[in-house]
Amino acid sequence: MSRPEDVLPPDLFYDDNESRKYTTSSRIRNIQSDMTHRALELLNLDAPSLILDVGCGSGLSGEILSQVGPEHSGPHTWVGMDISPSMLDVALQRGVDGDLFLADIGQGVPFRPGTFDAAISISAIQWLCNAESSDVSPEGRLRRFFEGLYASLRRGGRAVCQFYPKNDAQRSMISGAAMKAGFGAGILEDDPGTKNSKLYLVLTVGGGGLQGDITGIVNGMSDVDVLDARKRAMEKGKPSVTRKGDKAWIMRKKEQMTRKGKVVKANSKYTGRKRRPAF
Amino acid sequence: MKLLTANFLACAVKGCKAAASSYPLHFKDAELEMQEVDFQPEFIHNIIPRVDWEGLRVMANELGFPNIPGSKPEGDMLNDEQTLRDLHKLLLETHVVDGKLCCGHCGHEYVIKEGIANFLLPSHLV
Repeated sequence: MSRPEDVLPPDLFYDDNESRKYTTSSRIRNIQSDMTHRALELLNLDAPSLILDVGCGSGLSGEILSQVGPEHSGPHTWVGMDISPSMLDVALQRGVDGDLFLADIGQGVPFRPGTFDAAISISAIQWLCNAESSDVSPEGRLRRFFEGLYASLRRGGRAVCQFYPKNDAQRSMISGAAMKAGFGAGILEDDPGTKNSKLYLVLTVGGGGLQGDITGIVNGMSDVDVLDARKRAMEKGKPSVTRKGDKAWIMRKKEQMTRKGKVVKANSKYTGRKRRPAF
Repeated sequence: MKLLTANFLACAVKGCKAAASSYPLHFKDAELEMQEVDFQPEFIHNIIPRVDWEGLRVMANELGFPNIPGSKPEGDMLNDEQTLRDLHKLLLETHVVDGKLCCGHCGHEYVIKEGIANFLLPSHLV
């Protein structure tokens, strides 16, 4: 199946026809609503909140935010950003409750610092990995987006971005950009290894006394396995105890030189051995 | 666009991030509409600490609501239902449907059409 990201830029791909198809397809609506509910579960909001919907499209996910009942601490008020005028037009016709903005998320998030309690994004941020003109780069667009998002969330706020990376490189480029912007980032994968696998990038803004990262959020959810890459990274980063000049160091250097094809003296029992002071 | 949302907007142009005069954005030729929204006292309680009252007063003045209290309602005043209802009406039910938002620093105009503001920037301003 071809990816829409590879066909055209988002504002051109989602023209009137494509926007209408997207919004009326019951299959897409079901998937979108499942993902929005999952994102809400991950956000775990405890009061009616102000939420930013990044790439809101025709307001399919926003509708769900407005419909959350008072028993689940809703309804939430939301603000949506999208780059496709046709999608926003469909949203207008459907009469959604949130405020809509025609904006490019790769140009930043035009809100005051600390505005939103939370942000969600359903199937949008992979579009940032494409540069549509020669004066922008995917890295630059991702950086501006995540920096803007980080600033516009209040301390202790959370963002959940569901996205479809093309490959592992895109996946790590996106999560890397989020971490560089200051977020605590983690990825939750639903139905891994299947055709329906869904990736959720869960971002937290430090402070507020919350249990900071994704492991705290999924704690208590059933059927979640935690693979913590940080422990491995920490072990890797540990300074090795070998010092320059000792036996292990010499052996390593000799091995390096052998690999380079240099002539290296054979190892013996004297290799790297200390000389007596009397010598 | 709700007045509440407008209160949180900042100019997206790169050079305006640090400039004090870029906030709040100023309304021009604004056309207003009242849209009824369910009254939610909890939401107002949650959001009011984050509202910039000076900015709200400036905006409300430009739109022709001169009688805004001089200081932000706080503490006990937020338990008064009438105050909350007034805030609700001003922040959530008053919508700007057409007009322009203008930055006081760079002068960039963001057009609002049918309630949707256009924040797309030409690439040299990003």
